[in-house]
Amino acid sequence: MSQIHVTTKINGDTTEYLCDPEETLLDVLRDRLALTGAKEGCGTGDCGACSVTVDGRLVCSCLTLGAEADGCEIDTIEGMADGEKLHPLQQKFLEHAALQCGICTPGILVAAKSLLEKNPSPTEEEARYWLAGNLCRCTGYDKIIRAVMDAAEEMRRAS
Amino acid sequence: MIYEVPETVDSAVALLSGATGSARILAGGTDLLVQMKSGVVEPDLVVDIKRIDGMKSIAQEDGGWRIGAAVSGAEMGEHQALCAAWPGVVEAMELIGSTQVQGRATLAGNLCNASPAADSVPAMVAAGAVVRVAGPDGVRDIPVEEIPVKPGKTSLGKGEFVTSVFLPARPVNSGDAYLRFIPRTEMDIAVVGCGVSLTLDEAGTCTAARVGLGAVAATVLVVEDAAAALIGSKADDTALDKMAAAVSAACKPIDDKRGTVAFRTHVAGVLAKRAAKIALARAQG
Repeated sequence: MSQIHVTTKINGDTTEYLCDPEETLLDVLRDRLALTGAKEGCGTGDCGACSVTVDGRLVCSCLTLGAEADGCEIDTIEGMADGEKLHPLQQKFLEHAALQCGICTPGILVAAKSLLEKNPSPTEEEARYWLAGNLCRCTGYDKIIRAVMDAAEEMRRAS
Repeated sequence: MIYEVPETVDSAVALLSGATGSARILAGGTDLLVQMKSGVVEPDLVVDIKRIDGMKSIAQEDGGWRIGAAVSGAEMGEHQALCAAWPGVVEAMELIGSTQVQGRATLAGNLCNASPAADSVPAMVAAGAVVRVAGPDGVRDIPVEEIPVKPGKTSLGKGEFVTSVFLPARPVNSGDAYLRFIPRTEMDIAVVGCGVSLTLDEAGTCTAARVGLGAVAATVLVVEDAAAALIGSKADDTALDKMAAAVSAACKPIDDKRGTVAFRTHVAGVLAKRAAKIALARAQG
């Protein structure tokens, strides 16, 4: 089986890889590029643990082929902090204890960042609907929502 | 499996026509990749249509809207003029899946997946949508309800694929709406879905109507008796009750874990009434 050559930009860095035609973007990120922040939960687009953005659009990387990313810009959880400096969402997740086991956290942070880029002042209801595709079996969601709302407020003040 | 990214409709048709094994179209992939992973389909050829000109565009045409086959639900929801023209179609599309799924899922894919419970399809039926299909014999335009023929099966022939969905021009004082029943508030599959589109004259009398019904038969239903109950009326309670009765009478649902025959039949009428009231309010402006 011949592999496909893909040129893409991941977290701002030009990246090339070879992948199999049926290989998902999630498998490429994790197994070929060692970017293991995106997780495989369900593998069927229900849990959101594999969330990344492709050309600024939030998607499930488990439902995207690696080959489709050719010429696209991908952003993952690995690009969220600025060196040692955490993104406000990451900081607020720590302060609010918005995680326990942590499996869903990278996907939720990527999804929440995407929300705040589109809508810097979401209502709690808007935040809950936006994140409805990110499942968490530990927190019961309340702490996640509090952290997102708090981060949104802090980011509005800083801007 | 071979993955191809043609840049023209003709080359996509040539690839699909020349395929020796099974071939699948990839636009959003939110159904296809799930089916590939579960082994339901094992395509020999996947044709990604996203690089073909026009597949990602929402364009005005003859007073209506042409939506490319690879336009995502999120892109539709962000298009203000489209939302104003066909709010029922957009709200139906936006009910599908999560934010992540919305980033990729398409109208054309929802149609061609041929699930009886597809949310956007009853809304497109109510809208009188016309689907453009490209194939070895050229291009043809066909009513949306003629695409699905049974669960998981479309009327498309070998080498054919949907390139766009056209929502026609509509008179002033028109409105449409889509409602579905699910046991949760979000992220579920319709137990019943109903789309209603109607037009009023200056006096507020309904002059045109279409009603589409999902998840209560093997394919989407066009309920002409329900439309007839609205046409000529002011869409008052008497007319709405008659329409609801026609909708329930048209149901041929299955019993399954998500809903019984009796439940689906009853709820279809209730949803049709509620959707008609929203469409009416939108038509009144």
